[in-house]
Amino acid sequence: MTSVSSKLPTDDVSLLVVIIDTNPLFWTTLNSNFGFSEFLSHVLSFLNSILLLNQLNQVVVIATGISWCDYVYDSSTCVSKRAETLLDKLEEFVEKDESLSTEDSADGVAPSLLSGSLSMALCYIQRVFRSGSLHPQPRILCLHGSPDGPGQYVSVMNAIFSAQRSMVPIDSCVIGAQHSAFLQQASYITGGVYMKPEHFDGLFQYLSTVFATDLHSRSFLQLPKPVGVDFRASCFCHKNTINTGYICSVCLSIFCKHQKKCSTCGSIFGQAQLQDSSTPDKKRKTPSQ
Amino acid sequence: MLQKDINGGGRGFNRDEEEEEDEEGNRGDRDAWERTYTDERSWEALQEDESGLLRPIDNKALHHAQYRRRLRTASAVRIQKGLIRYLYVILDFSRAATEMDYKPSRMAVMAKQVEAFIREFFDQNPLSQIGLVILKDGVAHCLTDLAGSPEAHIRALMGKLECSGDASLQNGLDLVNELLNQIPSYGHREVLILYSALCTCDPGDIMETIQKCKKSKIRCSVIGISAELYICKYLCQETGGLYYVALDELHLKELVLEHAPPPPAIAEFAISNLIKMGFPQRAAEGVVSICSCHKEAKVGGGYTCPRCKARVCELPTECRICGLTLVSSPHLARSYHHLFPITPFNDLSPSVLRYSQNSAKNCFGCQQSLQNPGNQRVSCVTCPNCKHIFCLDCDIYIHESLHNCPGCESFKHSTNAVPMEE
Ligand SMILES: [Zn+2]
Ligand SMILES: [Zn+2]
Ligand SMILES: [Zn+2]
Ligand SMILES: [Zn+2]
Ligand SMILES: [Zn+2]
Ligand SMILES: [Zn+2]
Repeated sequence: MTSVSSKLPTDDVSLLVVIIDTNPLFWTTLNSNFGFSEFLSHVLSFLNSILLLNQLNQVVVIATGISWCDYVYDSSTCVSKRAETLLDKLEEFVEKDESLSTEDSADGVAPSLLSGSLSMALCYIQRVFRSGSLHPQPRILCLHGSPDGPGQYVSVMNAIFSAQRSMVPIDSCVIGAQHSAFLQQASYITGGVYMKPEHFDGLFQYLSTVFATDLHSRSFLQLPKPVGVDFRASCFCHKNTINTGYICSVCLSIFCKHQKKCSTCGSIFGQAQLQDSSTPDKKRKTPSQ
Repeated sequence: MLQKDINGGGRGFNRDEEEEEDEEGNRGDRDAWERTYTDERSWEALQEDESGLLRPIDNKALHHAQYRRRLRTASAVRIQKGLIRYLYVILDFSRAATEMDYKPSRMAVMAKQVEAFIREFFDQNPLSQIGLVILKDGVAHCLTDLAGSPEAHIRALMGKLECSGDASLQNGLDLVNELLNQIPSYGHREVLILYSALCTCDPGDIMETIQKCKKSKIRCSVIGISAELYICKYLCQETGGLYYVALDELHLKELVLEHAPPPPAIAEFAISNLIKMGFPQRAAEGVVSICSCHKEAKVGGGYTCPRCKARVCELPTECRICGLTLVSSPHLARSYHHLFPITPFNDLSPSVLRYSQNSAKNCFGCQQSLQNPGNQRVSCVTCPNCKHIFCLDCDIYIHESLHNCPGCESFKHSTNAVPMEE
């Protein structure tokens, strides 16, 4: 929807905010020869290469757990011993995350708090925008594997629209087995790149060829195009994905079946006949062309 | 309040001068140095401090105070919002719009603000529609029909920037009344008038027209560009709209954008209803098919109506074949933040902070240090739910654009509470 190339100054300095999914429940389900430590070694090489591409480039890493999110690395405040600092903070983070999580994983893999880390990333980027007219070009990269949490739908969409308004592209690299409808929409709406690599062994290769390119260079490259985006809605009542449904005219809540009363805003749908938009003839205007 | 009076007085002074000029039919007789001062009104950018010295206005504090006021008014009126709006914008392009008290002219400034308004409106009201009506030469004519695409309206408006003759409020209202009577019953009918003339030149009794609007439940709001008019005030009072007179361009912008978020729905103004809608999938790339809207063969892109399988190019729209309203789920999700607003944050005074257990040194959102070089706390706010501390800039960004509290979103217990289960 938004074209990335429209708001670019000539410089190619980037601020890359990387969101890492540390969900322990997800990483244990992945097959054994590609675990979290292999993943981290690919990501560390990638972050180093970003910082080497241009000495003004900046990298910020936010960890997304199942019970909390936090900043684990910021290249503007930490200049020496990068890998050590990041790994120390990350270990601290994962330990605290596990101690905070009380529920056992009875019903499959719990979702990570994607909406939280996206919101934090956007706040950080706004601060960079405020810092003056000469700021690096920001973008967000989600390295995500856990399934989407349906309860986060509204907040993830809020974050996506805010990113779109500030022209911040959200790139997504999905490591899990299934596609993520959240991230598909995030990348499509903000003009970022969405990719789900086939082989995780070559993750660094994917990261460095697709996601390392700054926004200015992207206009000259053939980057992966989305195969299709799932724009279907899910109903508020059962969270089923539906093709056609009923919308409350007051609050726009979606229902799969006809209701007497809106469960979100409490409006009562008094009229006996449904306002099917195909019935009012006076509204159908024949197109002039 | 004081500010407003001062400004109002300043404007009155300007106006007297300009009227004199108009009588002479010549506006070039003021000295150039005089004009730069009256044009820029540089004195308005100053304020007095406690000791009576002049200081430039502290923009940041002012900005934050303004935002808090907006937030208060927004959270005072709650939940039921009219989200499906049918709004006509009536622009007064009569002779009065050529006045140059706004730079470069009232007409250009009105057009610029309406352009910004149209974009903001569709961002906040994705399923709503706008139409444009122009008043000039004593008649009202419909520039664009009610439609949902911002670009088409803006293109039409920018291609028609000329003004002449008198403005007729009655003709404008009659036209809009007739057009708005055709919309479905669940829609909210609204009119926003930007009026720059100081009179209205009507063919009949305007009071009758106002009563007709009231009966059709059309909410009429007027933004005056010049001075207060009784008839506009009366119109807004009768129909439940807002009436304001702009002081300068910045104020005008603020007043216009105030109409972008959905107004509090007055229950009887629109009948709540369930509307049947379709959610088409985006068609696979590289497939050739004929679209029903332009009747052309197209490769890739486009959406397929789930009921009749016709192809359309853009969403939201109404299927040309079966009449089903077609939207994509992001269109609906754009307005969900009105339903689940986040609570306003509380101010944290430095003294409270010293005793509180929360010893965070940085803003939770952006990591900005909350201590100024003298190791003193700068003013900051806290979220009543998650108790995290935020800087003032994040506070504004979170409530005006993001609509998520990063603190609440980063803790599991809060995300489990699905908002619809209230
Ligand atoms: Zn359902
Ligand atoms: Zn409702
Ligand atoms: Zn078409
Ligand atoms: Zn159809
Ligand atoms: Zn902040
Ligand atoms: Zn909070």
